[in-house]
Amino acid sequence: MRLYMTTLLAASALALAACGSTTDECVDTCGQGSGIVPVDSTPCATGTVADFVENVGDRVFFDFDRSDVRPDGMATLQRQAAWLGQHSHFAVTINGHCDKRGSVEYNLALGERRGNAAMQQLVALGVNPARIKIVSYGKNQPVVEQDGSAWAFQQNRVAITVLD
Amino acid sequence: MKKILAALLMLMCFAYHAKAELRIDVTEGTFKPVPIAITPFDGGGDPQLAQLGQDITKVIMNDLQSCGLFKIVDPNAHIQSARDVMSNPRFPDWKLINAEALVGGLLKRSGSQVQVDFRLFDVFTESQLTGLSLGTDASNWRRVAHQVADAIYERMTGDKGYFDTKIVYIAESGRELKGHRKYRLAIMDQDGENHAYLSAGNSMVLTPRFSPDRTKIAYLDFGKNNKAPNLHIFDLAKGHSESLGAIKGLKMTPRFSPDGSHLVLSVAEGGVTSLYRMDLGSKKLTRLTTSSGAIDVSPCYDPEGKQIVYSSDRGGKPQLYISDAGGGGGTRISFGKGWYHNPVWSPRGDLIAFTKQDGGFYIGVMRPDGSGERLIASGYLLEGPSWSPNGREIIYTCQDTAQSKAGLESVDIVGFNKRKLKTPGEATYPTW
Repeated sequence: MRLYMTTLLAASALALAACGSTTDECVDTCGQGSGIVPVDSTPCATGTVADFVENVGDRVFFDFDRSDVRPDGMATLQRQAAWLGQHSHFAVTINGHCDKRGSVEYNLALGERRGNAAMQQLVALGVNPARIKIVSYGKNQPVVEQDGSAWAFQQNRVAITVLD
Repeated sequence: MKKILAALLMLMCFAYHAKAELRIDVTEGTFKPVPIAITPFDGGGDPQLAQLGQDITKVIMNDLQSCGLFKIVDPNAHIQSARDVMSNPRFPDWKLINAEALVGGLLKRSGSQVQVDFRLFDVFTESQLTGLSLGTDASNWRRVAHQVADAIYERMTGDKGYFDTKIVYIAESGRELKGHRKYRLAIMDQDGENHAYLSAGNSMVLTPRFSPDRTKIAYLDFGKNNKAPNLHIFDLAKGHSESLGAIKGLKMTPRFSPDGSHLVLSVAEGGVTSLYRMDLGSKKLTRLTTSSGAIDVSPCYDPEGKQIVYSSDRGGKPQLYISDAGGGGGTRISFGKGWYHNPVWSPRGDLIAFTKQDGGFYIGVMRPDGSGERLIASGYLLEGPSWSPNGREIIYTCQDTAQSKAGLESVDIVGFNKRKLKTPGEATYPTW
């Protein structure tokens, strides 16, 4: 019984990791979009989209109305730059997102500024700028549903590096 | 909030002063809806025209009721038919039931067309204020009804009516989540009728803006798979839209110049958002502002096209600034606390409407020199004000609570007559 519980816990921990930092978009996992990772699945093959999302981290989070990269975001970007250095056939698009507070218009600009902040760090870490595109969605294509909770606000203040 | 209360109080305290001639003046805060009796327009013995007369009368009543300046006298209390009102109004009898304005109308056939005659009377001075004869195809009856309502409104307020107008907005549906939400450009009459979608919803569309002649709409379209945002112009006569050509950076928040010859817009690139002007003939871009590291966004011309108001965070938080149309420095005009977004110059030139974010969200107005700031609506999330063509009403996006759906709301510039507009689904970013 004790062993069974441990297995369950491990399974849920894995499933969470597979979803990156959100609960709603559990795609890009090992097995390409199955959404749920089986308990006994093999580790993600290196050099895949799933490897990047799970082992490197595709998200850089920001504070309210800010676009300066925080230390946790910097660590993520360092892993991203190292990974992109090893897998040079990938180009990326950085999607800039914002929480719902503020106007559609200002947030489109803020999303671009966040995407650019992430890009500048990647470039400083050696990634060729020609490999990087930025698309800002502002507050209009939220990563998680904007129910007004603090968690949803934080999840949507993000720059997501997407492998093309 | 205090300011909203003050405006309401003003409205309630001032009594309506009877004048030699019946006339509505809301700018002084003097206000009590004017009782108006609108007799059902008469179609003679023709049953089709009789029905049309009823329908037209209903639309006129709805228009005048909705603007908040009139109180419709209960038709059950009417003492004369429209036909009798047109030929021989018995003013003393209408006075008895407290009608101050009186309208009658007749419909008749004229070839393949229908002719609508109407008269507006001042009951107290026992005189005709205006009268018109409008010819139309029967299928066009709604427009004629709006034109009659416009004529009544204009005669009694001195301002152009806004009933024969259209509103374009973004119709949204589906879960509010990346990849699930459908955004469509939509158009409707200002009373919500004749609703139609102008785009299929395959890509996200945002921030529509009417051209000054209301024949075109400039907007941002995110393109294939929502990965290629670009400005488009929808031509209402041709029924399709055209891309304005790809350049580097995210082009957004387009707005037409008063003469319609070019756009002012913002371009976000390299973490900086600056204002540009785009000539619509050559598509040539000219840069107007260069604040290092700042976001200059949401530009809008004054009615003469000499100046531009916009929102900029060059001083920290977004505040409102005015620059010459040719660009350059900029003078800050908003100094309140909080964030200021979406400034829009009134078509009369005397006021700038804006979104203010300070805890909650507000729609407000101020003079172009920054004085006289008044907040006229508040809520969980309000944004994107747009003026009625006569500069009397402001329409905007309104979400009442974190859980409720976004819709359109309008309010008079003194904060009076706030009302929800009817749309088939969720609605944001109106342009009027």
